[in-house]
Amino acid sequence: MLVTSALITGLGLGSMYGLLALGFHVTYAVSATVNFAQGSAMMLGAVFAYTFAIRLGLPFSVAAFISLSLCAAYGALVEILAVRPFARRGSNAWLMATVALGIVADNTVLFTFGKEPRGFQWTQGGFDVAGIHVSYLQAMIPVTGLFLAGVLNFYTKNTRTGKAMLAVVQNPEAARLMGINVPVAICAAYALSAVLAGVAGMLIAPLFNVNADMGTVFGLKAFAVAILGGISSAWGVMLAGLLFGVTEGMITALLGSTYTQILTFALVIVALALKPDGLFGTAGVKKV
Amino acid sequence: MARVLLSFGYAFWEIFMFKKIIFLIVGIFAALPVFAQETIKIGLVTALSGQSARAGEAITRGLQIAIDELNASGGVLGKKFELLRRDDEATPAKGVIAARELVFKEKVTVLFGGLDTPVSMAIVPIMNEAKVPYMGPWAAGTAITKNGANPNYVFRVSAVDEIVDKAILQYAQKTFNAKKPGLILVNNPWGESNEAGLKAAMAAKGVTPAGIEKFEGNDIDVVPQLTRLKAAGADSLFLVGNVGPSSQVVKSLDRMGWKVPVVSHWGPAGGRFTELAGPSAKDVHFVQTYSFFGNQRPVGQKVLKALMAKYPDIKSAGDVTPAVGVANSYDAMMLVALAIKNAGSTDGDKVREGFYKIASYDGLIKSYKQPFSATNHDALGENDYVWTQFIDNEILPVGIKK
Repeated sequence: MLVTSALITGLGLGSMYGLLALGFHVTYAVSATVNFAQGSAMMLGAVFAYTFAIRLGLPFSVAAFISLSLCAAYGALVEILAVRPFARRGSNAWLMATVALGIVADNTVLFTFGKEPRGFQWTQGGFDVAGIHVSYLQAMIPVTGLFLAGVLNFYTKNTRTGKAMLAVVQNPEAARLMGINVPVAICAAYALSAVLAGVAGMLIAPLFNVNADMGTVFGLKAFAVAILGGISSAWGVMLAGLLFGVTEGMITALLGSTYTQILTFALVIVALALKPDGLFGTAGVKKV
Repeated sequence: MARVLLSFGYAFWEIFMFKKIIFLIVGIFAALPVFAQETIKIGLVTALSGQSARAGEAITRGLQIAIDELNASGGVLGKKFELLRRDDEATPAKGVIAARELVFKEKVTVLFGGLDTPVSMAIVPIMNEAKVPYMGPWAAGTAITKNGANPNYVFRVSAVDEIVDKAILQYAQKTFNAKKPGLILVNNPWGESNEAGLKAAMAAKGVTPAGIEKFEGNDIDVVPQLTRLKAAGADSLFLVGNVGPSSQVVKSLDRMGWKVPVVSHWGPAGGRFTELAGPSAKDVHFVQTYSFFGNQRPVGQKVLKALMAKYPDIKSAGDVTPAVGVANSYDAMMLVALAIKNAGSTDGDKVREGFYKIASYDGLIKSYKQPFSATNHDALGENDYVWTQFIDNEILPVGIKK
């Protein structure tokens, strides 16, 4: 029971890490940059959904749609304000600029949404499996995560626009000459990345609560997951997320919570020492 | 010529105005210390934002009601009280900065602390070094008052972990026939303080815990820790954590489908516990030092009336949430006023001595008889606790309403 229960918990948590990490993958795959404000996008997904569903009383599906649209707009804004001006000059300052924009977003929410965390139980109930109670949400999270990873993988490998987006990172100038709108492709990747984070935020909210700094720790762990999985692989980051979550759950269940963070992150270091490009990533080839 | 004269006249006018402005500025600065001497400054460093914002607001309200009452009767030593608040955001580093500012810049006579033991523990050494009395109206860490300093400037009108821990065990045994409790504690100094207290209380009664598990304040899922306790045969849970972490434990229990008695320290009282934890919030029984429900003594009636008059959101006893913050702070402020009166001065050392000279005070929580002495800086004891639960958004004594 101990192991099964830890497995269920780990899969749920891991899927959320994976969803956020997928956002890192998307922007990296298209522009070789990442959005360090990803945790804030997750927080915004939860805050927007709470605001529209609870405060304004809209049906959850409508609230979710509006929230994800706003997350997409936020992602696009991150790219336009914090990434494009620096990446265009070949500077790596986008790294700090995205962190800064995330802090601005967190603090803006702190003053507008309020300082108190709020409960947001948009789904309840569950079922029993082998004597263990599983909430619907715990089952829904891994399914959603894997589904989105699959869709993303299919989209980039099998569709014209998906291939176009991947072409951008390989040679932006050649991509432009082939008729691909490079700035729009990168901007769309950032919007998609924020939408994935927003989905994670809405899924986390009933398990946790909604507050302005809820994305900070998650964003950090998701980045570790993205690196662990191999940031260039959609399946890789999702699987690494699941692996990370299950490892956390198992260590807590079998050895006790004292060892959770110590051993989980120690294992990340060991894994990266053995496979520097991530568990499922491939080494990038650069022609000189 | 006329133009030259006009220029001179204008220049004189400018100099005159300039002098007036200078005099005005000098006058304002000269008046400031006089104004400052007219009030006795009381500082408050507590969480005014984040998960425990409600607790900070409750402390503020308790202090303000007491200060209004004291000021209405002329204050103490011919001076009125003035409350200065700072938000520590439940962070020790921010609490230390705020405490230093209030003590060294604002020159507060007494500094009140807030909800979080880690923040109080960080501030206590500063207060003992600055020789300014510190009053704890909430944080229950045993080592806050028993800090080893001599002389000790730290006083408290609140629960004390080591006494609460004995009460938790006693209540669980009496109410739930607990024989093998599991401990689920937040991983911070407050959790550690209670781990030591609960271990000692259980050892004294010959009780062995099923297990001791820790969880982080931002943990989303506590199921693995709880599963370990369940597997170890825990027949009840002793919970220590602030409102956010405590709600995570309750939600995790719900997800597991584990119905087990939960006896808690007073963390859940600090915020919107029912909203955060869901319907099972009512199953958590937690300790408080006061409830505005039931028959109130004249002091209770007076304070409730004053709260309803001052704060429009308080329409009945149920709206005074968390009551413990209001009650502890109200009594603590009244005791501070008595200490200053006894000292006959706002000098830190004399005020410290003033606390020991308080013979009696008919307060909100109880009638205090010599609440402080050189060896006891805690005004409340084990007979001053009440057991409560959340029913909807109200903290009620256990069993008063289902």
